Amino acid sequence: PSFPERSNLAGVRHILLVLSGKGGVGKSTISTELALSLRHSGKKVGILDVDLCGPSIPRMFRVQDNDVHQCDSGWVPVFVDQDKSISLMSIGFLLEKPDDAVVWRGPKKNALIKQFVTDVAWGDLDFLIVDTPPGTSDEHISTVEALRPYKPLGAILVTTPQAVSVGDVRRELTFCKKTGLGVLGIVENMSGFVCPHCSECTNIFSKGGGEELAKHAGVPFLGCVPLDPQLSRSLEEGRDFIQEFPKSSAFPALTRIAQQILDGTSQRSS
Amino acid sequence: AEVAELRERLRSVKHTVLVLSGKGGVGKSTFSALLAHGLAADEAKQVALLDIDICGPSIPKMMGLEGEQASESSNIGSGWSPVYVEENLGVMSVGFLLSSPDDAVIWRGPKKNGLIKQFLRDVDWGEIDYLIVDTPPGTSDEHLSIVQYLSATHIDGAVIVTTPQEVSLQDVRKEINFCHKVKLPIIGVVENMSGFVCPKCKNESQIFPPTTGGAEKMCQNLNVSLLGKVPLDPQIGKSCDKGQSFLSEAPESPATLSYRHIIQRIQEYCDQHHFQEEKII
Repeated sequence: PSFPERSNLAGVRHILLVLSGKGGVGKSTISTELALSLRHSGKKVGILDVDLCGPSIPRMFRVQDNDVHQCDSGWVPVFVDQDKSISLMSIGFLLEKPDDAVVWRGPKKNALIKQFVTDVAWGDLDFLIVDTPPGTSDEHISTVEALRPYKPLGAILVTTPQAVSVGDVRRELTFCKKTGLGVLGIVENMSGFVCPHCSECTNIFSKGGGEELAKHAGVPFLGCVPLDPQLSRSLEEGRDFIQEFPKSSAFPALTRIAQQILDGTSQRSS
Repeated sequence: AEVAELRERLRSVKHTVLVLSGKGGVGKSTFSALLAHGLAADEAKQVALLDIDICGPSIPKMMGLEGEQASESSNIGSGWSPVYVEENLGVMSVGFLLSSPDDAVIWRGPKKNGLIKQFLRDVDWGEIDYLIVDTPPGTSDEHLSIVQYLSATHIDGAVIVTTPQEVSLQDVRKEINFCHKVKLPIIGVVENMSGFVCPKCKNESQIFPPTTGGAEKMCQNLNVSLLGKVPLDPQIGKSCDKGQSFLSEAPESPATLSYRHIIQRIQEYCDQHHFQEEKII
């Protein structure tokens, strides 16, 4: 492959992927909250959403109605606010109507993903977070292949606690091994629910599966994030949960994940 | 010619129901498994559950069949035999073709399509009253292929599963559009994880809040049926992990009552559909 004069990823310091074998475990949620936490630590962050069938990222930042523009080096990512500290790219911005289904077979998906990786003018970023759809198929193979020359930091794997999820995430770990993608750690999401009325904790989706898997697989465990209706609501409304709800139950775990990522990268630099 | 071959093979299937969602993790496999159990409770009915989620096959675990391997059918030349949970409930999944729980199926679209065709053509299903097809999330190869291959027979319709929040609904609307595009009838929508009642204080929390009106509003807007709402129940996840039927393990749960009501509506839809077909003949 030939590289343009200055690759669009040349100014990106760290690339990390958020993966899961399983759908609906919170990949986009974790990608979003990680970006918000890193921003609060003063970092410039981009999110590349390669989920072509179910692009969730734009709405999570309340920019679902935005359009994307072209510049000389490619697409200009969508900035979530005037700060310009978080920028996004998603197929969600390219759809004429939000309810339009993207009914593409693999080859067409692969072509767009390659473009998304090389043709977005990110500029200088501390972190580029790549949010993925569930599975181990076209999108994942193409994304990892396209990112390989840029040496991604690794992947965060998200699971929920129950065995049915963990079962799929084990396969995702195999995918990482086979494709040479380092695993930064596992997050156990939706781990317990504390009733806001009486504070009783119920393990709606069981507990502990993510931590056990991390132990079994010999990868870092990044923590348990509880179910938090305020977090769900924040994402629905495209709000900055990290800024607005520091006392909410998911806040400590989410910021801890970001801190571990930051610690990991500062270790690497030194 | 392919489609004609499949038509022949699937001639003995009376009703086919696809379980879809644009969104991952809303409970398609859970619903498919319980629908299969619910329909198979009538021992006179023969039920088949086909899991075409090739990357994340959850059905074997949920049906208590983890570790089972697909075997050759005893009818020579008939291909694979489904794995039977009960005498009248057979299952097929890529999970039965993998030898280790760590085995990943890292295939691009064409190879996935090939396996789906095999599942339809090379599995000795026999005479079936209900074929339930559990799908992965999205609107891609697997979905196009299954609709294409099953166009030979008829598909009674699709059940679309969602959770209440907009993040789910925005994907589900796409799935509904997909169904319209490929002329797949929609039996209705199930709103899963619809509220949680604290076992201690009995107060309800909306863990996945219906900020835009939930499935109810979406169904009104898009003129599709809402088949029912199923609340969260920690026992559901437990039963799935154990491979047991939640409907049998927690018969008094409000979630069970919802499921039974929804399953009945699906049966009624299929019966009417069959009746209409006979009328035409």
